[in-house]
This record gives sequence, C-alpha cells and structure tokens, in this order.
Amino acid sequence: MAISTSTPPDGAPGTAAPDGTGSGAERQRRSTLLHRLDVRGAPYAFVAPFFVVFAAFSFYPLIYTSWISLHRVELSTLNVMEWVGFDNYTALWEDDRFWNALLNTFTIGVLSTVPQLLMALGLAHLLNYQLRGSTFFRVAALTPYATSVGAAALVFTMLFERDFGMINWMLGLVGIDNIDFENNKWAAQTAISTIVIWRWTGYNALLYLAAMQAIPRDRYEAAAIDGASRWQQFLKVTVPGIRSTIVFTIVLSTIGATQLFGEPLIFGQGPNGITGGADNQYQTLGLLLYEEGWKNYQMGRAATVAWAMFLLLIVLFVVQRVVKRVLARRA
Amino acid sequence: MGKARKKLRTRAVAAVSVVSALGLVVGCGGSDSGGTGGGKKDGKTTITMGLFGVMGFKETGLLDKYMKEHPDVVIKADVAGDEQTYYTALQTHLAAGSGLKDIQGIEIGRAKELSDTQKDKFVDLAGAAGTDHFLPWKQSQVTTDDKKVIGLGTDIGPMAVCYRKDLFEQAGLPTDREEVAKLWEGDWSKYVEAGKKFKKNSKDDKVAFMDSSSGLFNAMIYGNSQQFYDKQGKLIYETNPVVKDAWKLASEAATSDLTAKLRQFQPGWDPGLANSTFASTVCPAWMLAHISEKAGPKNKGKWDVAKAPKGANWGGSFLGVMDKSPVKKEAQDLVAWLTAPEQQAYLFEKIGNFPSSQKALEMPEVVDAKSDYFSGAPIGQIFGAAAKEIPDEQVLGRKDGTIKDIFSQGLTLIEAQNKSPNEAWKTTDKRIEKAAG
Repeated sequence: MAISTSTPPDGAPGTAAPDGTGSGAERQRRSTLLHRLDVRGAPYAFVAPFFVVFAAFSFYPLIYTSWISLHRVELSTLNVMEWVGFDNYTALWEDDRFWNALLNTFTIGVLSTVPQLLMALGLAHLLNYQLRGSTFFRVAALTPYATSVGAAALVFTMLFERDFGMINWMLGLVGIDNIDFENNKWAAQTAISTIVIWRWTGYNALLYLAAMQAIPRDRYEAAAIDGASRWQQFLKVTVPGIRSTIVFTIVLSTIGATQLFGEPLIFGQGPNGITGGADNQYQTLGLLLYEEGWKNYQMGRAATVAWAMFLLLIVLFVVQRVVKRVLARRA
Repeated sequence: MGKARKKLRTRAVAAVSVVSALGLVVGCGGSDSGGTGGGKKDGKTTITMGLFGVMGFKETGLLDKYMKEHPDVVIKADVAGDEQTYYTALQTHLAAGSGLKDIQGIEIGRAKELSDTQKDKFVDLAGAAGTDHFLPWKQSQVTTDDKKVIGLGTDIGPMAVCYRKDLFEQAGLPTDREEVAKLWEGDWSKYVEAGKKFKKNSKDDKVAFMDSSSGLFNAMIYGNSQQFYDKQGKLIYETNPVVKDAWKLASEAATSDLTAKLRQFQPGWDPGLANSTFASTVCPAWMLAHISEKAGPKNKGKWDVAKAPKGANWGGSFLGVMDKSPVKKEAQDLVAWLTAPEQQAYLFEKIGNFPSSQKALEMPEVVDAKSDYFSGAPIGQIFGAAAKEIPDEQVLGRKDGTIKDIFSQGLTLIEAQNKSPNEAWKTTDKRIEKAAG
C-alpha cells in the first residue's frame, strides 16, 4: 500500500472534458475517494475480524456476566431474572467457601508453580548443553503439554487411588500405609499439583531454552576464563540473561493457577469433583464457579465468582507491574 | 495495470475478511436453534437419544432390534457414564435451546425439577396409546401440575442387600439367603448390628462389612413417602424423622468403622468390588448389572441377594421426547416400544433393571427370574416383594438429586475425614441451604 502516494490521473491528459459534462472530473474524484478508502479503510478491515470476535466472545460476555451477577437467576430459567443489586457480592464476601477456595487456589498455585518453574529452569539448562539427540529430548519435554487435561488427570487419579493406586502400592513397598489422597487436604493438593507440574514443566523449559540460546556464547567463555564453575555460570550468566522470560513464565503460570479447574474436577470425579472434595479441601475458584453455576444452577452467583476472579487477576497484574518497576529501578 | 490489480486484490481481501467476520457472528447467533440431531432424509428417519448410566437399551441390543424391525429408522444413542455430568449438560442444552436429542433420559432425582421448570420443552405423553400399563405411582412422578406427562417409565429400583457368601462365612455369619434376611428382618438397625458382629468375628481386617454409609442412608429414606420435601414443595429434611433416623444410623455405621469408606459409583468402588474389600452393599435391582460386571467372573457365585429390612425404591428413570424434535411422532413410538412390558421384562432378564410396568411384573420372565451370577438367587421374587412394599405415594422435590449428593458427602466427612456427626450435619445443612434455598 506504499504505492498510494502518487495518484495517477485517471482521465485524459488535458483538463475538463471537452463535451462539458464534467464526467472525467467526476470519475477522477470517485476514484480518488475509493482509493483513499482503500488506503485508510483496508487496515481497519484487516483487523476487524479480531475486534468482532473479541466483542462477541470476550467483551459481550464480560458485560453480560456483570449484568447477570446483579440478579438472582437460575440456569433452567434464564429468562426469569430478579434484580438483587450487589447482594451476590456481599454474600460471596461473607461465604466461607469463597475464602476457602481462594486459599486453595493460592496454595495449589504455589505448590504447582514454584517446583514447576524451578524444574523447568534446570531442565532447560541441561537441554542447553551440546548433547546427542537434543531434538528428541526437546520434543519429549513438550509431550506432556500436548496431552489433554482430561487424559492426564484421569491417569493420575488412578495412580493416586487409595486402595489400588500405584503410588500407594509403591509406598507400601517401603512400609508406608496407604494414604487417602483424596480425603487428605495436603495430599490431595499435592496430587493435583503433580498433574499440573507434569503437564507444564516441559513447556516452560522450552521457553527458557529459547531464551538461553540467545545468550552470547562469549559470556560463558569469559566466565570460564575467569574461573567460574558451571553452577556459577548458571547463576551469574544464565539466570540474569533470561530474567524477562522468567517474569513472563511467572505471569503465565499465575494466570493458569488462578484458573485451575480441569485437574481438580477430574481428580475428584462425580459430585466430589465439583465441590472439590467432601470437605472442599481442594476446591479452587474455578470449581466454586462451576459448583454455583452447574450444580446449584444459580447463574447470578456463578457470575459473581467469575467477576471476583477477573478482579483478582487485575490486582495480580497491577502487583506484577509494580514489582517489575521496582526491580527495574534497582537494576 | 499492476497497480490496479493490486488495488483490486486488497479490496477483495478486505471484503472477504469483513464478510467472514460477520459470518462468524451471525453463524453463532442464528444456526442450530431448532434441531435436535434427528430428522428425515432419503426415506430414513434418524432418531437421536441421550442416555446415562446403564439404562440397557444400547447395551442389550434393544435398539438394534428396533432398527431391524423398522429398516427405515436409524437410532443414534449417546450414553454418558455419569448422571451428574449428563444432567448438567441437559440443563445447559435446555437453557440454550440447542444440542438436545430427540429423546432424553430423565433420572428420578431430576423428575420434579424438570416437570416444574421445563415441561413446555417436552412432548405430553399422557394417554399415549399402549402406555396404561405402568405402576400407578411411576407416571405420577413425571406428571406436571396440569396433568401433563413428560416421560414414560423405564425401570424402578426396589432394594435388597447384596452380600458375599464367602466373606459372611469367614466372619461366622449365616450364608443362606433366607437366614441372612432374618438377621435384619424388619429393622435397618439390625443390619448395622450384623455388621458389628461381622467386624468382631472377621478373620480378615481388610474386609469391611459394607461399602459406604450413604448406601444405607439412601435405602432408609427411600422407604418412605416423604423424604427431603413435603407435598407442598417445602424443604423438611431438617425435621423429618425419617431423615434424622437414617442419618443417625448411617453415621453410627461410619463411626463404628463398618464401612470401606468408599462412595458408590466413584473411584475406588469398582476396584473394591473386583478385589473384595467389602462384604455387602444395599443394592437396588439395577445395581446388579454393575456389580456382576465390575466384580468380574472370578467372583461369580460368591455373591447372593437377600431381602432388605424394609422395601424401598432407589432410582428408576424415564424417557422423554423433546417438543422441538422434527421426528416427534417416530420418537414417541420408539419410547413407547422401549418401555413396553415385553422390553422391560427383557431388560430385567438381561441386566436386572426392574420393570416399572405392572404387566411386565406378572410375566413369567420376571416372576421366575433367577440370577446365575448371584448364586441363582430368585431375584424376580425378592425384588418383586420389595416393589410391593414401596409406598404408593412418593413425594419428590426439585433438588432431590443434589440434596442426596450433599448428604452422601456429609457422610463422607464422617467416614473419611473423621468429622463428628454433629459437625458433618451442620456442614450438610449449610450446603443444602446454599444449593436449594
């Protein structure tokens, strides 16, 4: 579209049409207009699909959800809505289940994110060495990520089963009694975190690996000449070199952890999955939303949870920005 | 010339992108507002069904049989394993008005809610030809206030106690089904007493007397006409002595360590059946198929069925036809055929789903039925007798299914989380208020 600056005159050289109708000038004006529209309009047309899709699938639901959250409305009768103002929000604020779910989301988030990113960092460091069959290992690292949540969670649920699960069987070999993973709060949360860690470690490792490969080789050489050990190289060269990627993965994992849903749902299976265990011991915010909406069929309350989660993410985003700015200033 | 073509191309691309973007939006709003998946094409009628659990139509080849008899009909049945998942999807589809099947299964725990809130979306089956053979209370469960019938009955769930002869024997309890029934005749608390005896004398402490306390709880409340709701639709579970007694006895079983701390139809229960971790379970007729499948051939002949202390009805389903269906007539014919006495008797013979049709109950296939897997127990007689004890009026409530789940979880709190019965009741109470209030 860079060609647009010089508009070639459309009509015959000379000036007005000799027959006096002025059609040449008219034609020229129209052509210019079309052309201007093309130049100015086309970019908007190109990005239009995104905005249309965004409006339909993100913006409208967001607004509609906030509207619903101010009502009492049941799933089976969505057309009957009773205005309750901010009652749903105050009720949520006073609801133990909300605070319990918030805390669970946080603890499961920490239990899954921290080991996951540390392991990913280590894995990426190993993959960054020159080794035979490195492509194979890189693909292998990404395989768990390609597995669906459902399949992974189902398999892990069987592994963690109380009476005949493989993990209890192995613990039995070393003389540890069967653990009731589902009914023990920390055991259940650890089990769920394991599923998350298994799925996402490889993915993060590849992100780190890509960033590590952008670090100039000579920095390592210089460090080696100065007598830095492998470990010191890792700490002083690699980690600072990929700092922005680390921040990026932390943000990604935090968003993922806030929305944690599939793993605990399938881990509990049936009614217990929806409530996050008989004692809500592993109910996350996502599950609470699901319970309100698709077990109690109270869409107003479910929408309120959705908005609470949305606001929470905004708060997290702001905190992250502040932290980043502070870190940048210090650097 | 080159410039002109380029211009034309950009314009075309822009137009296409705008049109396709609009198309996306329109496509989401407009289509799929009427269909239920079925329809007529090239002289073939396609009927779609949404089912759950082991309703048996697909599994026993009944649908194939129907298609053979009606070569112009194609039936596509989707079977969801878990009823909760199934019902959630059904609710969502009903609310959205799309994604429904021509025929939808209805579980008894959802019957009241559907007939209260969704009756317009179902075809009225009242007085449909050849459908006057059901037990009197069965159709009343899906009849709306204005006498509309939104489904036809499939099975009912008269209850008995399924037990392991070999495990009873090693714990010094009788094994003959008549004598076993005498152990707890007339009173569920005697069942718990028998359990205590079992626990005391059992040589294998890895085997529990029963699978879960919630099974016992269900059996006790379903023997009465009013459970969680009264006839006016008011919640009465807090004061209903039936619920209180059942809670008391079930939590006694839980705190006395008589249960394997499993939840029926949840993870661990199936392997429990296969590996014999419990000696008895309260079983409605339809559970027999599940037990024989999951406990497997190696346990064949070890199981038996004894009469329960008191007749009760747990479960039973219905088939409804969606009003939106383009093949309403054909779907109704299919539903009438599937719920006809002959088919109900056939299903009972095949997988033990007990007929809700009075006519079927008198057929020799049902009366004389014996189960090979369960040591040749005369299940036709045992469940038939239990069916006669089921109260003629059963008051259903809107959130019966959900409340039952919440009670099961409350009992799990005692059983597996070591909460006191009092504390667990308080939690249960609060949850019901949230779910049904």
